[in-house]
Amino acid sequence: MATTYAETRISTAGAFGRAYSKSVHMSRTLLSEGSFRKLLHVSGIAVVLLLSAILVSLIVFSVPAIRQLGFSFLIGRVWNPVSGVFGALPFLVGTLVTSLLALLISIFFSLAIAIFLGEYFRSGIISTLIRGAVELLAGIPSVIYGFWGLAFFVPAVRVIEMKVGAAPYGVGILTASLILSIMIIPYSAGLAREVISLVPSDLKEAALSLGATRSEVIRKVILPYARSGILAGVLLSLGRALGETMAVTMVIGNANNLPKSIFAPGNTMASIIANEFTEATGKVYLASLVEIALVLFVVTAIINIAGRIIITRWSVEK
Amino acid sequence: MSEDRVQRRIVVDRFLKGLVVTLSFVVILPMFFILYFIVRNGISVIDWTFLTHLPKPMGEAGGGISNAIIGSTMLILVSCLISVPIGTFAGVYLSEYRKGRFPYFSRLSLEILQGIPSIVIGIIAYVWIVVPMGSFSALSGGIALGIMMLPVIVTSTEETLRLIPDTLKEASLALGVPYPRTILKVILPAGLSGIVTGIILGIARIAGETAPLLFTAFGSPFMNLNILKPVNSLPLLVFNYATSPYPEWHALAWGACFVLIVFILSLNIIARTVTRRWKVQF
Repeated sequence: MATTYAETRISTAGAFGRAYSKSVHMSRTLLSEGSFRKLLHVSGIAVVLLLSAILVSLIVFSVPAIRQLGFSFLIGRVWNPVSGVFGALPFLVGTLVTSLLALLISIFFSLAIAIFLGEYFRSGIISTLIRGAVELLAGIPSVIYGFWGLAFFVPAVRVIEMKVGAAPYGVGILTASLILSIMIIPYSAGLAREVISLVPSDLKEAALSLGATRSEVIRKVILPYARSGILAGVLLSLGRALGETMAVTMVIGNANNLPKSIFAPGNTMASIIANEFTEATGKVYLASLVEIALVLFVVTAIINIAGRIIITRWSVEK
Repeated sequence: MSEDRVQRRIVVDRFLKGLVVTLSFVVILPMFFILYFIVRNGISVIDWTFLTHLPKPMGEAGGGISNAIIGSTMLILVSCLISVPIGTFAGVYLSEYRKGRFPYFSRLSLEILQGIPSIVIGIIAYVWIVVPMGSFSALSGGIALGIMMLPVIVTSTEETLRLIPDTLKEASLALGVPYPRTILKVILPAGLSGIVTGIILGIARIAGETAPLLFTAFGSPFMNLNILKPVNSLPLLVFNYATSPYPEWHALAWGACFVLIVFILSLNIIARTVTRRWKVQF
């Protein structure tokens, strides 16, 4: 194992310290160095154990559903706890549609914010105002988004639905996507802004000196350079959107069938758990909901790992 | 001909800038809308009675949210008791051992942990605590929130301690201070502002969480100080009242939103002041 000079110095000093403490301060040290280091290791590994325990518990508690329903759980179109039919497809579709729609709506806005804060206005009053607003958006609790969505978006969407001739529920896939798109902007905008502001100025100045306009610099230099960070930010916000519970539960309309249009009410994986978990009687019913949680866990974990790989492997700066 | 192209490029340039500025300002509109809704609907119901009384049964006017305020405080205390010691030590571990297989897995786990949907954490606390103990409880809710808070504390502790120069540790060790004392009495105090900021931001993150509490703390219309019984919390109260059909309850929910948002904003402001004012410079 290669040790740096600094590490050698530290361990040498530590050895002196140990010798000294043994001879003089033995009684004053509560913990020996060995047991203190062990304590540190245990706390570090506790995090790994916690995560493994979560995964194992989810698997163990969803076993009754996996055993009884098998793969049909994921492709079944009908969810009827009363007759004991559990097909999770409507919720998989609901989650996917709301999240992707939210991503589609939010991506332009978060890119705009990132370029605004990372390139056009790096400091100043306007920049502070926008940055503060985005940070505040990130801090607002999900349940408040949901309540606001009920009070503001639901009537607004109802008006749109009447205009286009859809059934005026107000609640539904579209309303949930709109709320979600606002909620996830801070996540993708934050990472994108960071990488955009890290683009070296020699690159930008080189392009400018060749006669490129600011917009050409942004499109041809900054965005390609920052693409890994932008993609990672998009993945991060996708992970948030997939698992978002309260706001979605409050405005999606809670219908357990496959949504026929984006105006129709539906349910996501998170919202079905929030709605039915406390009423779930029967082993298979409860296990089915835990299995949905397991799917959600695995998907978000994969997305997070992918984001991490993109940041470390694809980044231009090395 | 080339005059035209230059002209076109300038137009495109202005258009892009205009687009970026417009979209950016559109994003901050929802923030103003949300704050406007909360302040307009919430501030009128807030008075002393609202903060110190219990909720009234359906149909009776008045009533307050005191049980939710106490419940939220209990939940935050329990989650801090769990996550602050483990989180700080895990942060020290990651800053002390930067390379190697275990720290790598530790970091990876933290990142995954941070991304787990809060509802999944709720289910975990349910099967770990509520099922064996046989009842919904403040304890299980606090543990769920503690799991959510852990990554925030570890990350902020690690990042702060990494900034402390090695010379400080070497100086302490060279003076003969044992390693445990060096960490506890020299390194941790030097990074205290960053660690405290992390704890405050962690509290701000969990104070508004509802999903992990649905099947753990569960909610309750009564005042409860017993950690093994269900408690109400501000976000749970907002959820239950907001989804009810009664306008009186909606008004109470807006009031609770107002209290919650003021609390979270103050935490963010405090965290920022701590980092700015109380930072140890190296």
